[in-house]
Amino acid sequence: MAENRLMQSTANTPYKAVVIGGSTGSLDVLLPVLSVLKPPLTFSLVVVVHRKNTPNSPLATLLSVKTTLPVREVDDKDVMKPGCVYLAPADYHLLVEHDGTFSLDDSEKINFSRPAIDVTFESAADVYGAGVVGILLSGANADGTRGLKAIKQAGGITVAQQPATAQVAYMPQQAIDNAAVDRVLDVPELIQFINQLNEANQAL
Amino acid sequence: MIEEEQVTLLLNDILELYGYDFTHYSRASLKRRINRLWAADRFPSFAELRYRVRSDAGYLKRFVEELTVNVTEMFRDPSFYKCLRTEVLPTLAAKPFIRIWHAGCSTGEEVFSMAILLQEAGLLHKSLLYATDLNPDVLESARKGIFALAPMPQYSENYQLSGGNRDFSLYYTANYGYVKFNDELAAKMVFSTHNLVSDHSFNEFDLILCRNVLIYFDKELQERVLRLFDESLGPLSYLALGSRETLKLSAIRLNYRQITPEKIWRKIG
Ligand SMILES: C[S@@+](CC[C@H](N)C(=O)[O-])C[C@H]1O[C@@H](n2cnc3c(N)ncnc32)[C@H](O)[C@@H]1O
Repeated sequence: MAENRLMQSTANTPYKAVVIGGSTGSLDVLLPVLSVLKPPLTFSLVVVVHRKNTPNSPLATLLSVKTTLPVREVDDKDVMKPGCVYLAPADYHLLVEHDGTFSLDDSEKINFSRPAIDVTFESAADVYGAGVVGILLSGANADGTRGLKAIKQAGGITVAQQPATAQVAYMPQQAIDNAAVDRVLDVPELIQFINQLNEANQAL
Repeated sequence: MIEEEQVTLLLNDILELYGYDFTHYSRASLKRRINRLWAADRFPSFAELRYRVRSDAGYLKRFVEELTVNVTEMFRDPSFYKCLRTEVLPTLAAKPFIRIWHAGCSTGEEVFSMAILLQEAGLLHKSLLYATDLNPDVLESARKGIFALAPMPQYSENYQLSGGNRDFSLYYTANYGYVKFNDELAAKMVFSTHNLVSDHSFNEFDLILCRNVLIYFDKELQERVLRLFDESLGPLSYLALGSRETLKLSAIRLNYRQITPEKIWRKIG
C-alpha cells in the first residue's frame, strides 16, 4: 500500500518527481501550496496546468513570486534537478527522458489540451516508476485520469484534490471515479503530504 | 505499452528497410507515437506490429510518416514574426540577394508566413526560400499552397499581432473549405526533401529557420544538426529556433548573439 510506504522510512525508492496537474481553479491551490513548502526539496516538482497559449506567460512569474523555490519554465533538454519547480511551457507537451532531462513535443492536443497532464504523468511513470507522485487538482476536463492510472500501475502514489474543495470538481472527481486514487486531500492536507514526502526522502 | 528494447528493434528495422535513422530522436516522444499507432491499428502483440512493419511496404511508409509530428501554423508565435519584421529583415534589406532555409518546414505554413513578411518589406523579389523536410508528402502539400479555411481567423489574428496591418484574406482565395495562397508568394519558394540526420549543407544562407524540429532529437543529434546550420550560415546571418529551443547547450553558441527574448541568434564569430 502506498499509504504504508509513505509512513515507512524503510521504503527504498526515493520520490524523484512530484507531478502536479491542474486546470480551471488549480492556481487557487498551487499558489498557497508553493508558498509554504519548505526548501530544500529532495525531489523535482513538475507543474502542468492548462492555460492560454501565450509564450513566456506571466504564470512562471506569478508562481515564482509566491515561492522561495526556484521556478523554471522548461526549455527543451533542460536537466531535471531536485529542489526546482518546473513548469510545462504553453503549447508543448512535457515529457521526461531516461537520462533525467525533459523533452518537449508539439504533437496533437490531448483532451483538448497542450500541455496535457496525461502526457507528463505517463512519461514520468515510465521513467521513474514507483518514484513518482501524481497530484490532480481542480479542473473542468478529464485530463489526468489516464495518467494517474499509469502512475498507479508503475507503483507510484496518486492523489486527487478533495472535489468539494475544488473550484471545479470535475477533474479530480473523474480521477476518483476511474483511477485508483490513493489519497483525496484538501489544501492543508496536501501541503502536509508534500512536506511528509520530503521528510521521507530525507530519512532514506 | 511498448518496451524500450522493442522501440530499438523497430527503429533498426526502419533504418534497414526505409533508410531513415530515428535512433537519435527523443525516446519519450517516439515511444508515445509508437504506442499511439499500436493502439490505433489494433495490433494484438508487438510481434504482429513488427511483422506488419517488416512485410508491408505501404504500412511501413505510413508508420514512418506517423512517427514524426507535422503540427504547424501560420505566424506561430506572433512576437517571433514581429522580431523578424522589425529587427532581422531590415538588416538584410541592403543585400542584393536573400537566401532563407526553412529546415523541417512541414506543410509550409511557416514558409508562406515568411513570404508575406518579405513581400510587405518589399524584399520578396530578391529572396529565395528553400523549404525542406524529411517527409515528401508534407512537401507536396506545401508546394500547392492550399490550406484549410478553418484556422484562417486565428492565422489572421496571429498575422496582425505580428505587426501585419493588411486584410489577411487578400493573400488567398477561398473555395470549398480551402484557401489557396496567391501564386506570387510561392514564386520564390523551392521545395525539396532533405534529411537533417543524413544530408549535408547545400548552400550558404542569410537566415535559417528550424523551428520545433530539434525538440524531437536527442542532444547528440541536435549538436550535429546545429553544426550543419553553422556551416551553412555566412557572417552576420541569423538562426531561428522554436520558442522553447535554445543554443545554450551547444558549442556553436559562442559564435552567436541572441536577439532576446526571441529564439533568434545572429552569427558574430
Ligand atoms: C512540428 S513540425 C515543425 C513545422 C514548422 N517548422 C513549425 O515550427 O511550425 C516538424 C517537422 O520536422 C520534420 N522532420 C522531422 N525529422 C526530420 C529530419 N530528420 N529532417 C528534416 N525534417 C525533419 C517533420 O517531418 C515535420 O514536418
